[in-house]
Amino acid sequence: MFEATARNRRNQSVEGGFRLLFLWMTCMLILPVVLILGVLIYRGGPAISYEFLLTPPTDGMTAGGILPALIGTVWLVVVALLASVPVGVAAALYLSEYAPDNRLTRAINLAIINLAGVPSIVHALFGVGAFVIFFRFGTSILAASLTLAIMTLPVVIVSTRESLQTVPRAFREACWNMGATRWQTIRKVVLPNSISGILTGVILEVSRTAGETAPIMFTGAVFFSPFLPQSVLDQTMAMSLHLFVIQTQVPNVPEHVPFGVALVLISMVLAMNGLSIAFRVYLRGRKKW
Amino acid sequence: MNAAADRRDLSWWVDKVAQILVLAGGLSAIVFIVGIFLFIGREGAGFIFEGFSLREFLLSPRWTPTSNHNPTFGALALIAGTASVTGLAMVVAVPFSLGAAIYIGEFATGRGRETLKVLVELLAAIPSVVWGFVGLSIMNPLIVRVFDAPVGLNVLNSGIILGLMAAPIMTTIAEDALKAVPDTYREAAEAMGATRWQVILKVVLPAGRNGLVAATLLGVGRGFGETMAVLMASGHAVNLPTSPFDAVRALTATIAAELGETAEGSEHWQALFTLGIFLFLVTFTINFLADVFVRGGLPGRRRRGRRPVASANP
Amino acid sequence: MVAGQDQAAAAPAIDVADLAIRYGGQLALAGVTLQVPRNEIFGIIGPANSGKTSFLRAVNRMDLLTPGMTVEGSVSVEGKEVRSWRNAYALRRRIGVVFPLPVGLPMTIYENVALSARLRGTRNRSDLDVIVERCLRRAALWDEVKDRLDSLGSLLSGGQQQRLTIARALSQDPSILLLDEFSIAVDPVTTMRIEEVLAELRAEMTIVMVTNLVQQARRLASQTAFFLTGELVEVGETETLFEGGARDERTTAYLEGKFG
Repeated sequence: MFEATARNRRNQSVEGGFRLLFLWMTCMLILPVVLILGVLIYRGGPAISYEFLLTPPTDGMTAGGILPALIGTVWLVVVALLASVPVGVAAALYLSEYAPDNRLTRAINLAIINLAGVPSIVHALFGVGAFVIFFRFGTSILAASLTLAIMTLPVVIVSTRESLQTVPRAFREACWNMGATRWQTIRKVVLPNSISGILTGVILEVSRTAGETAPIMFTGAVFFSPFLPQSVLDQTMAMSLHLFVIQTQVPNVPEHVPFGVALVLISMVLAMNGLSIAFRVYLRGRKKW
Repeated sequence: MNAAADRRDLSWWVDKVAQILVLAGGLSAIVFIVGIFLFIGREGAGFIFEGFSLREFLLSPRWTPTSNHNPTFGALALIAGTASVTGLAMVVAVPFSLGAAIYIGEFATGRGRETLKVLVELLAAIPSVVWGFVGLSIMNPLIVRVFDAPVGLNVLNSGIILGLMAAPIMTTIAEDALKAVPDTYREAAEAMGATRWQVILKVVLPAGRNGLVAATLLGVGRGFGETMAVLMASGHAVNLPTSPFDAVRALTATIAAELGETAEGSEHWQALFTLGIFLFLVTFTINFLADVFVRGGLPGRRRRGRRPVASANP
Repeated sequence: MVAGQDQAAAAPAIDVADLAIRYGGQLALAGVTLQVPRNEIFGIIGPANSGKTSFLRAVNRMDLLTPGMTVEGSVSVEGKEVRSWRNAYALRRRIGVVFPLPVGLPMTIYENVALSARLRGTRNRSDLDVIVERCLRRAALWDEVKDRLDSLGSLLSGGQQQRLTIARALSQDPSILLLDEFSIAVDPVTTMRIEEVLAELRAEMTIVMVTNLVQQARRLASQTAFFLTGELVEVGETETLFEGGARDERTTAYLEGKFG
């Protein structure tokens, strides 16, 4: 009896020890990022001003602001979304609402996993080979955005499919039994009840797209351009590439400038991600059935 | 009456068209994957069928594509660079993300658990160019100071950065794998008097083994394919590394650094696309294997296909 | 054509011959031959997993939307083989279905009942108003919800949702109504009200009522079929079966509550 108790106590402390170890490991993953964010804010914060955000760079990119890069990123993201959201939602609808459990479906799933897993620089090579050269879009927003769109397609597909699947099958059955076609069922019941979840995924995609660098390096983003893009066939600056350029390619950039650019970029990305997460939490709390 | 009702009306045709359109959307994923292979292959073809020697590519460490008299295209040093950085990253990421997955999945509860999951998700959102920037401007001086190294851009720097980058996705997949272990297993073990830790060690981890392997594979794939962070933090020297303080150059970084300065269609250009094909094939294999493990089967065992909602019970 | 129409008018509402249903190769129901006469309530009884629901799904061609489900033999609705319909959706529009668990769609009560008409292209608000009120009244739900037609149908109580489901089925203006154990999730009082509704509807449509309550079949059905483990044991006049006139002793045993 007493022995058993002693053993229990030892087990208790072993368990407590492991619990602490795992907590420590979790913190070790999160802590560096908190520190990095702190450093970025501390050293990049002073660089940020209205002037920084709203003027083009000057003096060989060692001074001035980041306006063309900001606007360029917006262009790239918007065009990429226009291309990827319809295709991604269609693919998710197929997989969730139509696809039988067969080889084709498994092939599509495997293709999606690989689109997400192929290195970004390989997507860049594809963009160069297909859009810049073969389709003759040249290095342009169009080519860069299409490359980004294909790269982030899995994000839309996976998140859309997940939110479609939160709509219970009973609702679909009820509609089908009334004589509604599959498409009518999707339009009247499935989409209205998953649209906010889809939107969450789209916001997530915005955040992914805005931060990518490698896929746009050779397809449409340029180191420096004093002009704002006027059409999708123009080249453009972009925030992510700008950070890379002023940090590695341009001499004598004052230190606070790259920190400022990094801070703006990561703020954009995290804000979008946070928005997506907040939206999801809000949706989870609001039940319609 | 029946005959009149049995018409293919507008909604029937709309439904057919919609079905074809969404099928096209689904097929597009396959088209893109095949397209990636074909278009990169098309650019690299000239080199693959003429100057290319698999022996030189895999066994020679000499990557001198811009040499005037005798350009060589040995990728061994680049492969070694990628492998060393990825390897170190896994040394960092595997234990920590497994630990984090166990903590989040088995110990944390309620609000704390949700918060940790959100934080992990935010980690995954940090763009790779920002990580590269961190490696260059924060880790670099740190390594120089702590280890008294001449330069801080090396395997150590990029390995740690890459480990931190790969950890979130590995944590998420590993936690999913642990969550997929049925609660009845845990309850059965607890009913026999096992402690929480014994349950995890003896029941949960073995049962979730496939998912954990998949998480590691995806982490390797991520590290293998990471570009900007490795480009900025690894020192970028073609080199067979012998210590963590050596600078190396990765496959991905080579493409990113050289493609912009290469004439379209030249042998060098084609060689870079050949590197791309190599990367594509390796990551395709890794992802395929990870998918096999995620589906819970070693090859040979029957796969548990993900069934679409339309055929799943509510 | 005229002859064909006469023939169709004379045909039973549902005529099934040698029906067999499989899921992924596994037999769920076999050897079913029966006829459901028009404008009657036809009861189907039997324990769980007897193939009763599968039978209903074969009638309105839900096999098209159920992966792995295959149907052999013939099923005719009003004289026309269901698999010869080019537009299965049009077939389903003529057949109302009520499920074991009530399904209020996550839209307003009004939209729940107006949905069928809208799908057929009715846009006129006053037409829809008429349909919604008529169907809700007939389903004995109007008085309870008339002041809150804009609230969500999926948040009604179980009994109300079941009557909403019936109202929605009626809004299709069906000639056949299939009821699958509609009283499972409904309180006894609501069950009685729905039974009254069904008794009235009999004059206008054919009703096939799958039920787990043998007394419910006795109260309502003029003919009753007994399904057991994927097989049709027998069909007969309800009164005959209940008065001890069953040909098969398993039917008698089931009706006396010896198993099930």
